[in-house]
Amino acid sequence: MAETNPAMAEAAAPSSSATGGMSAQRARAIAFMTNRHHLSWLETIPWVLAIAAYFIFPDRMTFGTQTLIMVLFALSLDLILGFAGIVTLGHAAFFGVGAYTVALLASRYGWGEPITALLASAAAAAVVGFASGWLLLRYRGLSLLVLTLSTTIMLQEIGNLFPTITGGYDGIPGLQISPLFGVFQYDLYSHTNYLYCLAVLFVLFFMVRRIVNSPFGEALAGIRENVARMHAIGSPVHGRLVAVYTIAAAIAGVAGALFAQTNAYVTLGVFDFENSAGVMVMLALGGAGRLYGAFAGAVIYMVLQDYLAKMSPAFWQFGIGLLLVFTVMFARRGLFGVLEDARRLLRRGTP
Amino acid sequence: MSLSPTLNIAVSILFDGLAYAMFLFIVSVGLSVTMGLMGFVNLAHGAFAMAGGYIVLSATRAWGVPFFLSLLVAFFIVGAVSVVFERVLYSKLYKATELDQVLLTIGLAFMAIATFTYIYGPIPQSIHLPEYLNGQINVGFRTFPVYRAFLIVVGAALIAVLWYGFERTNIGAKIRAAVDNRRMAQSIGINVDRLFTLTFAVGSGLAAIGGGLSIPLLGLSPSFAIIYLVFFLLVVAVGGLGSFKGTLVAAIVLGIFDTGGKYLYADAGGFFIYAVAVLILLVKPAGLYGRD
Amino acid sequence: MTAALEIRELHKNFGALQVTRDVNLTLDRGARHALIGPNGAGKTTLVNLITGVLKPTSGKVLLDGEDITALSQAKRSRRGIARTFQINQLFRGLTVLENLYLAIGERTRACNRLWRPAGAEGAVIEEAMVHLESLKLADDALKLVRELPYGRQRLVEIAIALAQRPRVLLLDEPAAGVPSSESHLILDVVGALDPDIAILIIEHDMDVVFRFAKQITVLVAGAVLTQGLPQEIIADPRVRAVYLGAEADRETRHG
Repeated sequence: MAETNPAMAEAAAPSSSATGGMSAQRARAIAFMTNRHHLSWLETIPWVLAIAAYFIFPDRMTFGTQTLIMVLFALSLDLILGFAGIVTLGHAAFFGVGAYTVALLASRYGWGEPITALLASAAAAAVVGFASGWLLLRYRGLSLLVLTLSTTIMLQEIGNLFPTITGGYDGIPGLQISPLFGVFQYDLYSHTNYLYCLAVLFVLFFMVRRIVNSPFGEALAGIRENVARMHAIGSPVHGRLVAVYTIAAAIAGVAGALFAQTNAYVTLGVFDFENSAGVMVMLALGGAGRLYGAFAGAVIYMVLQDYLAKMSPAFWQFGIGLLLVFTVMFARRGLFGVLEDARRLLRRGTP
Repeated sequence: MSLSPTLNIAVSILFDGLAYAMFLFIVSVGLSVTMGLMGFVNLAHGAFAMAGGYIVLSATRAWGVPFFLSLLVAFFIVGAVSVVFERVLYSKLYKATELDQVLLTIGLAFMAIATFTYIYGPIPQSIHLPEYLNGQINVGFRTFPVYRAFLIVVGAALIAVLWYGFERTNIGAKIRAAVDNRRMAQSIGINVDRLFTLTFAVGSGLAAIGGGLSIPLLGLSPSFAIIYLVFFLLVVAVGGLGSFKGTLVAAIVLGIFDTGGKYLYADAGGFFIYAVAVLILLVKPAGLYGRD
Repeated sequence: MTAALEIRELHKNFGALQVTRDVNLTLDRGARHALIGPNGAGKTTLVNLITGVLKPTSGKVLLDGEDITALSQAKRSRRGIARTFQINQLFRGLTVLENLYLAIGERTRACNRLWRPAGAEGAVIEEAMVHLESLKLADDALKLVRELPYGRQRLVEIAIALAQRPRVLLLDEPAAGVPSSESHLILDVVGALDPDIAILIIEHDMDVVFRFAKQITVLVAGAVLTQGLPQEIIADPRVRAVYLGAEADRETRHG
């Protein structure tokens, strides 16, 4: 390494060019692993947009609130599907457990305090997630699809067995939710609801982001990429999967709880297959394994549903089916996949 | 002479359960063989059955085609259309992830349901059966519904034909070989792709027949495609992918348990089929006659 | 002194098919042991039985005297057994660095942590780079594995095994699939491995076997035909008949 600058040459002299190169490489390695954890300014966009929506569409806040709830629900599925690579058909189970925890607390025990109800829902959903995960995550493929689908339907059927408690398919209407912090009353136009859900989403999103960028998150990527290798290097694969499944279940439970609180009404329809399929479609559209894909996908889905379903439910169903087929055939990794491909193409284009 | 009440109920459960099982088998066998052959998860299979049902409906009502012939018409139309789907869409995804296959076929199912809702409306429909298929048949100690008896007979006949085709013909042997070890089958000259297209067409056609046959039993509405898809998946998973015998045994076991559950525990009835399926799968995750 | 790895009367059936028959094998510390035999002899099956991918029908596997027969693959790996696969099993969509990061992170249990950032595990990253540097892979650290040529991917496969700091290392045809122009890279690495590790290598290339092995086991149809020193194996007529037939002929003809 020829040094023309004597001062630099002196500084470079003690370490040989080899170790100089090595420490530069090591620094790059550390930078690589650390960078994903750092916040890029691009990440503020969804939050800015969400707040902007509050001011730009004040009369669409009910819709906005439900969209935020779906974002949270999709985010919870992303942990399992996008990051750990496990395909299930029963994610609505946890949403439903969360929703019914709120409903039962409010209707049977008169407990309407929202934050503690959220925590209770998360806990209840986590228990169901842990139990079902421990039992079912030993299986894959069609067996796992059928097992998860069946357990969710069975939960729904059990709920139907006790209509005095669950209200059966008519559900539990008129839930009394107390004002947030004893102060913020829920208003007819859902302004409080929207900000409440946005705040919860914000907190949970950054929790998920942290988990995904941790060594544990790296292990999830390993399981997704090559589970045989993970076993061979000593990874407790089943334990890792049950852990992430439980966390995802808890978050889905919070989404369900928010659903119950903001609608003040819950029915057994929360366990429907359409709910599990819908959230999977959202991730497919937005791009799984990318955190923000949940945002994009949920928004696209909800906006399309709002727009098309007004014309006729058949239009909506056809439209979403067509979009799904199109996405799988041409945009396999969803919207974010398309954006990434575009960025890569642009980078190659510029010298 | 007549039967005691408990025996009577038991006979009813067995009989009706068997009829239901025939329907489950006829629709599911195609799904099981194609999944075993190509490993392709086809969640649009229920939509093929639904489409078959609606073709039979239109054929008997609007075009005046006799019931049996309309079943054949449904078989051929749905079989042909499925080939188009397979060549244009499915074949591009044989190497894709399970998730992509699930999403694609769910998308197709949604499109199918929406289309048929648009054409026929969402309300459940029924068909006019020929006179001799209505009513009850008296065998001395009790009566049985004629249509269910018919379903069992048709089912048995189809099972015999399919079994013969599967176990005794050249093509059947090739299918079994390819299910067992696709690469080896290809290396000895079996054109697995063409075999798959044929199997897929026949399987989809059978689903259409099953859909048509089920109308007097279950009614027909577009949501049939998703509601009953769950049961077809249960039968396939419990029986074991690619197994003819497995699909049959699973259909009978699940059919009888479901019927029994509904007869004995009216409210909780629907629970049993899932509980039985889950228990079997926990012990034998590859199904009763699955491999691995 | 207890052997690093001992296999006692290991037997494996798949129904009526016997794939492993009464195999006894011992690896001492620092062993350089080759496992040879015709295709289909059950060499990879034996490695799968040792690592826990398969459970034996009967027999025992002992690591440093401890019976590990009932342990899962992951638990055995934690106790110090590492392997490479005949066909690479890598995290192809991840960078080379991350491949090593995972091997080390799982070993040190760093991967149990879900609240710290992945980049904060300085020791893990440092160790990963040390392994990569020793295998001359450091320049490729931030490349995705699937972008590397096959020969370098094979090196990553070995790097992962070494990153587990094993006491026993099982190499399944380490140079398989590597173009001959690059295979010396692999073989140099294998030759320079830590003398304390007990190594079992499955190989077909006899030059590699005789260069590297101090002990050879010949496996035929799932059973041990014979074991011993390289000179003994070459001279054994049964081995020549079954396996070295063509080679032996050529040697006698050309002297």
